[in-house]
Amino acid sequence: MMGRVNPLRVLFAILFLGIAGSLILPWQIELQHLDRSAHFRSATLDLGLRERVGQAAFIAALSGFRAPVAALLWISAHAAWEKTEWGKMDALFESVTTLQPRVLLYWDIAAWHMAWNARASALQDLTQPSEVLRERSAGHYVALGRNFLERGIKNNPDQYLLYESLGRLAGTRESDHGAAADAYAKAASLTNAPAYLKRLAAYESSLTPGREREAYERLLSLYHEGAQQRVPTLVTRLHEFEQKLGIPKDQWVNDSVSSYPFYPLKAPK
Amino acid sequence: MSRRFSSSSRIFAIAGNTFTDLVRQRVFLFLLIFSLMVIGCSALLAKFSFQEEFQMLKDVALGAMSLFLSFFAILASAMLLPRDLEDRTIFTILSKPVPRHEYLMGKLLGVLTMLLLSTLIMGGLFLTVLVLREQSVLLETRNSVVGSQQELASALAEVRKSAFNWNLIPAMAILFAKASLIASLTLMISTFATSGIFAILTSVSAYFIGHLQETAREYWLGGVTVHWWSRLFSALLALVFPDLQAFNLSDDIVAGKGLPLDVFWQTIALGGVYTILYYLVACFLFQKREL
Repeated sequence: MMGRVNPLRVLFAILFLGIAGSLILPWQIELQHLDRSAHFRSATLDLGLRERVGQAAFIAALSGFRAPVAALLWISAHAAWEKTEWGKMDALFESVTTLQPRVLLYWDIAAWHMAWNARASALQDLTQPSEVLRERSAGHYVALGRNFLERGIKNNPDQYLLYESLGRLAGTRESDHGAAADAYAKAASLTNAPAYLKRLAAYESSLTPGREREAYERLLSLYHEGAQQRVPTLVTRLHEFEQKLGIPKDQWVNDSVSSYPFYPLKAPK
Repeated sequence: MSRRFSSSSRIFAIAGNTFTDLVRQRVFLFLLIFSLMVIGCSALLAKFSFQEEFQMLKDVALGAMSLFLSFFAILASAMLLPRDLEDRTIFTILSKPVPRHEYLMGKLLGVLTMLLLSTLIMGGLFLTVLVLREQSVLLETRNSVVGSQQELASALAEVRKSAFNWNLIPAMAILFAKASLIASLTLMISTFATSGIFAILTSVSAYFIGHLQETAREYWLGGVTVHWWSRLFSALLALVFPDLQAFNLSDDIVAGKGLPLDVFWQTIALGGVYTILYYLVACFLFQKREL
C-alpha cells in the first residue's frame, strides 16, 4: 500500500489545474467553434436518442464511440430489412442518422429503403385487401423516404448526392417532375457534381407541363456545352421541343439521332 | 557531488525498462483481439454494398482503436507505481541519484512508446485490411462492369472514394494524442491513489467526465438559471478536466469529411498541453509523497 500525499498538496494541485484550465478554456471554446464550422462534432445526443438506442449504446455514443454504435445499429437495420420489418428499420435509421448526421450513405440508403423497398412491399401487402389503403401506406413510406433526404440535406447542404436522390425520388416516386428538376439543378450547382445532373435537370423540366420553354433553353444550353453533353436522349428531346415549340428550322440543331428513341417525352405513370 | 537537474539517459533508461516490462506482460496480446475484430468484421460486412462495407469497417476499426488505446493507457499507467511499490523496485531506483520527476517522466515515456507502437500496429493492420478489400472490390468491378471505359473509370473512382483516404492518418494521430493525454491523467491520479484499483476506477470516471466536459462547460457558461453550487460544480469540472470530445473527430472523418490543417494541429497541441500539464501536477504530488 502506498503512503499518503499531503492533502494540502492535493488542494494546491486542484487549484493549479483550475488556473491552468481557465487559461486553456478560451482555446477549447475556440477549437469547439472551429470544429463546428468545419462540420465536426455536429451530432446532437439528446434524451430522445437515449430512449431509442438504450442506455448502454447511449453511454457508448457519449464516450466517443458514435461511429461504431451507428455501424452496429446499421447492421441491425439490415437484419430488420431481411425480415421486412419496416417500422423497426425506420426507428433504427433514425438512430443511425442522429448518431452520424454527416454520413451521406446512411441518409441515402435509409431513404431508398423507405421510398422504394417499403413502398413496394406495402403495395404488394396481401394482408391488406383494400387497394386504397395499400396505396396510402405506400405513400406514407415515400414520405418517410423524402423526410430522410430533406433532413440529410439540412445536415449536409454542401453535398450533391442527397439532392440527386431527392430529384430521383420526386421524379420517379412522386411524379413531381418540377420538384425533381429543381433538385437536380441544385445538385448540379454544387461542388464535384457529375455532368449528367445538368442533363437530368433538363429532362425533368421537359416532363413538367408549363415549363417547356425553360426545358428547351436548358437542353439547348447543354447542347452548346459540347460533345460531352450531346448524348442521344438530349438531342432527341431537343428535336421534340423544336417541333413542339415551333422553333424556326434554321435554328434547329444539326444533329440526327432518330435511331436512339429512348427516354420518351411522355412522363412515366 | 552535484548532479544535473535532469538527465536524458536516466529518463530513457527508465522508459526503456517500463516499455520492456509492459512487453513482458504480453500487453500486445490485445492486438490479436483487434486483428480478429477487424478481419472478422471485414468478412462479415462483405454481404453489404461496398460503400456500406468500407464505411462500417472504418467506423468499427477506428472505434476499436480508440477503445483499446484508451483502455491500455489507463490500465498501463494506473499500475505503474503500485507495481513498482509492490516489487520494491521504486526504492531501488529512488535511492540512487534519480529525481522523482525523472522517474515519472521515464514511466510516462515508456507508456507513450507502447501507445505509439500500438497505434502504428493497429493502424497498419487496419489500413492493410482496408486496402486489400479495396483491391478485391476494384477487381470485382473491373470484371463485372460492361460498358465504356468512361463508365468503368467512374465506377472504379467511386470504389476508391469509398475506401482509403488520407484523412484516416491524422484521425489515428488524434487517437494517439487522446491516449497520451489519458495516460498522463492516469499517472497523475496514481500519484495520490492509495491502490491500483482506485487509480483505474478514478481514471475511468475521469474518462467519462472528460467526454461530458463540453456539456458541463456549456451549462456553466450558457447562462442557465441554476443553484450557485450547481454552477460551481460545472465550472470545476470544466476547468479541471480536458474536453475529450475535441479528440473524437474520427467519427466525422470516416464520414468523408476533410480535416482542416488548423483543426488537426490545434487538437494535437491541446492533447500535448494537457499531457504536459498533468505530468507537471503528477510531479508536484509525487515530490513529497511518503513511500
